[in-house]
Amino acid sequence: MAELRGIADDTVPALPRGVKFREDKARGRHVLLGPERIFEADPIATEILKRIDGRTTFKEILGQLTQLFTADEATIRPDVEALLTDLSDKQMVTL
Amino acid sequence: MSETILLDRPSAAVEPRPQPPLGLLAEVTHRCPLRCTYCSNPLQLDPKSSELDTETWKRVFSEAAELGVIHLHMSGGEPTARRDIVELMRHAAEVGLYTNLITSGIGVDEAKLDALVEAGCDHIQLSMQGADEGITQRVGGYKGGFERKQAFARAVVARGVPLTLNAVIHRMNIHQVPEMIEKAVEFGAKRLEIAHTQYYGWALKNRAQLMPAREDVDRTIEEVETARERLKGTLVIDAVFPDYYARYPKLCNGGWGTRTFSVTPSGKVLPCHAAETITHLGFWNVRDHSLAETWYDGPAFEAYRGTSWMKEPCRSCERKHVDFGGCRCQALALTGDAANTDPVCIKSPLHESIGAMATTESAVAEPGAATYRGFRAG
Repeated sequence: MAELRGIADDTVPALPRGVKFREDKARGRHVLLGPERIFEADPIATEILKRIDGRTTFKEILGQLTQLFTADEATIRPDVEALLTDLSDKQMVTL
Repeated sequence: MSETILLDRPSAAVEPRPQPPLGLLAEVTHRCPLRCTYCSNPLQLDPKSSELDTETWKRVFSEAAELGVIHLHMSGGEPTARRDIVELMRHAAEVGLYTNLITSGIGVDEAKLDALVEAGCDHIQLSMQGADEGITQRVGGYKGGFERKQAFARAVVARGVPLTLNAVIHRMNIHQVPEMIEKAVEFGAKRLEIAHTQYYGWALKNRAQLMPAREDVDRTIEEVETARERLKGTLVIDAVFPDYYARYPKLCNGGWGTRTFSVTPSGKVLPCHAAETITHLGFWNVRDHSLAETWYDGPAFEAYRGTSWMKEPCRSCERKHVDFGGCRCQALALTGDAANTDPVCIKSPLHESIGAMATTESAVAEPGAATYRGFRAG
């Protein structure tokens, strides 16, 4: 697990070239794909990854998630940061 | 989970229904400008006249996506030797497969590369026979290959497509591992596979010329570990070591009929790319059966799936769900029975002799000339 690092509000997370997020219909789940790699997204990770489009800022993503999960930002922010920094270390997301 | 299913079944011998496959290796042609002595293609190569046509391959890719395949590895031979490769790539991308082009880089000019990338190629894996012209030519039997591979690697990286270099390691190039790592960094590859030769097809035929010495293998393990640490964040290095010197066998393709499968140029559907060597298996062809039928019910897939086919020492082994007895093709090639435990396993009565054979072969000072792969030399 990656060490906990903060992500600035105006960061725009993106998927690097060669990384794709898509539905895996045969197994009823979503997956984040890279060369020789499959990252299975749980329902919460799916909601986070769905919003990574290379245009939406981290702050805006958090805003959408707080509405979706009816939770306050302070509660969810560390989890979202942990997921994205971990994926960034694996070169599956750029921050 | 499988335990619960077994209890519900009338017979405990019935295996649970397999999961859909994750990966498909599509060997779209056996034609290749290189003649590598370690080639994993069968000795009997499929001639061009037997290759599946464009529409059939497109149907295969559609069926693969429908079945649940995630990664498509477009390989060969040299896949770009097919004139319809861009059309095939486009179709594979359109049906939602993650596409990996496995290429020698020879004969792929910038215009073709652009067309492949535009068609939706997600990732490119380039073979590397050596770190310089001399070794590259000696291993691949092709003059000027290194220069062209280098230009191809740079062209891929310049287009922003993630590049993996795949270096198959053996006695003829094992001393170049550190230089290959440096070349991978210099070319801008994201990933490097240091893949020690696995002995099937042409590699098995040329084993005496390819088998490295144990101490050279040990040295490369250290070289890879040191480089991994130093290049963290720059280059990912995946390594596969030669199993003749191992204690336990490799988990072949994640288990027979479990995670991945292959389609040959002429349409045979195989549990692994070397499986045709097990000649008593009935291989279904995509011309006659859908991929789903073959995956779930094809006799070749059912033959060694799960554990019910096992004999001793596999049957009672605590590792039987870890490595599924290793490789069936290797068991057949080296013991004469595909249902025996893979003889590299420490529990095989042949374990000692396999290691000794590798040591003896690698110690021969002048092992003679290797046979280059070709359509008539098999």
